[in-house]
Amino acid sequence: MTTTEPTAPVPAEPGPPVAKGDAPAPRPAPAPARERTGGVLNVFSHGMLVLWAFMVVMPLLWAVMTSFKNDRSIFSSPWALPDRLHFENWARAWTDANMSGYFLNTVLVVGFSLVGTLVLGSMAAYVLARFDFPGNRLIYYLFIGGMSFPIMLALVPLFYVVNNMGLLNTIHGLILVYIAYSLPFTVFFLTAFFRTLPNSIAEAAFVDGASHSRTFFQIMLPMAKPGLISVGIFNFLGQWNQYMLPTVLNTDPDKRVLTQGLVQLAVSQGYKGDWSGLFAGLVMAMLPVLAAYIIFQRQVVQGLTAGALK
Amino acid sequence: MQHGKYRFIVGFLAVPLGLYALFVVWPFIQSIYYSFTDWTGLSPEFKMVGLDNYRRMLDDEIFWKSLQHSLMFAVVLPLVTLGLALFFAFMINVGGRRRRGGPVVSGVRGSSFYKIVYFFPQVLSIAIVALLFAFAYNPDSGAINSLLRGIGLDGLQPLWLGDPDLALWCVMAVLVWSMVGFFVVLFSAGMASIPTDLYEAALLDGAGRATTFFRITLPLLWDTVQSGWVYMGILALGAESFAVVQIMTTGPGGPDYSTTVLVLYVYQKAFRDGQAAYATTIGVALLIVTLAFAAVVMRLGRRERLEY
Repeated sequence: MTTTEPTAPVPAEPGPPVAKGDAPAPRPAPAPARERTGGVLNVFSHGMLVLWAFMVVMPLLWAVMTSFKNDRSIFSSPWALPDRLHFENWARAWTDANMSGYFLNTVLVVGFSLVGTLVLGSMAAYVLARFDFPGNRLIYYLFIGGMSFPIMLALVPLFYVVNNMGLLNTIHGLILVYIAYSLPFTVFFLTAFFRTLPNSIAEAAFVDGASHSRTFFQIMLPMAKPGLISVGIFNFLGQWNQYMLPTVLNTDPDKRVLTQGLVQLAVSQGYKGDWSGLFAGLVMAMLPVLAAYIIFQRQVVQGLTAGALK
Repeated sequence: MQHGKYRFIVGFLAVPLGLYALFVVWPFIQSIYYSFTDWTGLSPEFKMVGLDNYRRMLDDEIFWKSLQHSLMFAVVLPLVTLGLALFFAFMINVGGRRRRGGPVVSGVRGSSFYKIVYFFPQVLSIAIVALLFAFAYNPDSGAINSLLRGIGLDGLQPLWLGDPDLALWCVMAVLVWSMVGFFVVLFSAGMASIPTDLYEAALLDGAGRATTFFRITLPLLWDTVQSGWVYMGILALGAESFAVVQIMTTGPGGPDYSTTVLVLYVYQKAFRDGQAAYATTIGVALLIVTLAFAAVVMRLGRRERLEY
């Protein structure tokens, strides 16, 4: 960085302006040639960037547009703008297609799962990160191993375990399973996080007579807030968007969560033919998450990418 | 800090560990055990049958098809996704025209906008994305064929998900669409930590953009690429491919088993066909494939590790 001064030709001789393509100063011979091929490349690659942005946004806009159309025009001309805004699609999806119920179930399941995951995950991670005891490493690797194992393998017996406990097709059963399957990453992430926190404050609290658990809840947990936010966002999105676990463990139509409900709706609309209502439901499910992402953009990106880098 | 230490440790670990053991570890162990039985899942009775399920699996044509497709998901899919993501991330972070007085390396104009937009699909549920694209792929009224008709390509109206030769690619394209943005952002973070003087030195030596990418960016980013590949491969072998194949394809897994994957086959055998023991056998195969995949990818890159 130090060689690039804002004023271009600092040395008298035509020294290193190779790095500054746009500089109007006389360039040495090789520079213009590279500039030209660079220009072609630039148009191509910039075009690719624009194209991909278009390809990402288009399907989403198309879904929003379609949710305001009537059934006939959805099929006859998928790209035409709606003749008018059919808000009744949204009303129908919310009440008749029971999107409201699916929303409520999802909020309940994700709300309790998220709190449970963060509380239990941080407790386990704290102990594993800061206390030496026999079996510490074993338990740590037991948790970590869960990240790379195919969940479907466990789901076959899990269905019967959950069934035998009377938790099949219940909201609280689903919550417990969500927490259990969120623990590996949460423990992995928070263990690393607790290790980075300084020891001195906890020790001071301990010397002042605070118990281990009080030190944890009143000192360490507030200090771990940035880590909790990151892993919380990661888990929120993972649990809100979860499809495989509820598909296997939660087959009662009244207890369905959003993703399941929509897929089921798509199947049943094949008979009823209310496609516009289905699109309204799809958009309804997409919008809150997209809105939350745009508002908390930086935190979401940090939360989702933090784990993969470690 | 010894006072009450063990009571505290036990108190804090008991609930999370108990929950985890009951709902995750124990079912995994049971699964492996069940793969040696003839358990149907419908009745509690079963007996040991040794390696019968494994023998049956090796003769099962659909198993081999599923395995082949799953391997495609773990190898081809990440190659395409990571390749695209590397290209975009490089353009966004390093590929910009060098502006007067600006830093030596900079991204193209609007780079933060691209990063925000590319990440959109990542926050959506893969189930919702799959539903959306199932509509777009519809051969008669779908958005894609209608677009092709609109630009005068009336002759080009593929069946997409209905065509056994195309269906798997259609499904994989959806996962590419939804995951590229995540890796663009991940690689951007990695590229930002590469020291600028390396780029400066390369530019002074007359290196073009392609050379800079292959000689500097890629080698220094290799660790991130590698762990990204493992991360994506595990997802693509498991939950993500289950959702897209189960939601989008006819059958699901069709037409003519052209899109079936191991994780879907496990699900169908256990919860549709009442062959729980055989399902766990395929699940064990999936476990072996996943672990072998991770080990191979991690091993592939070890030689190229660079320090900076």
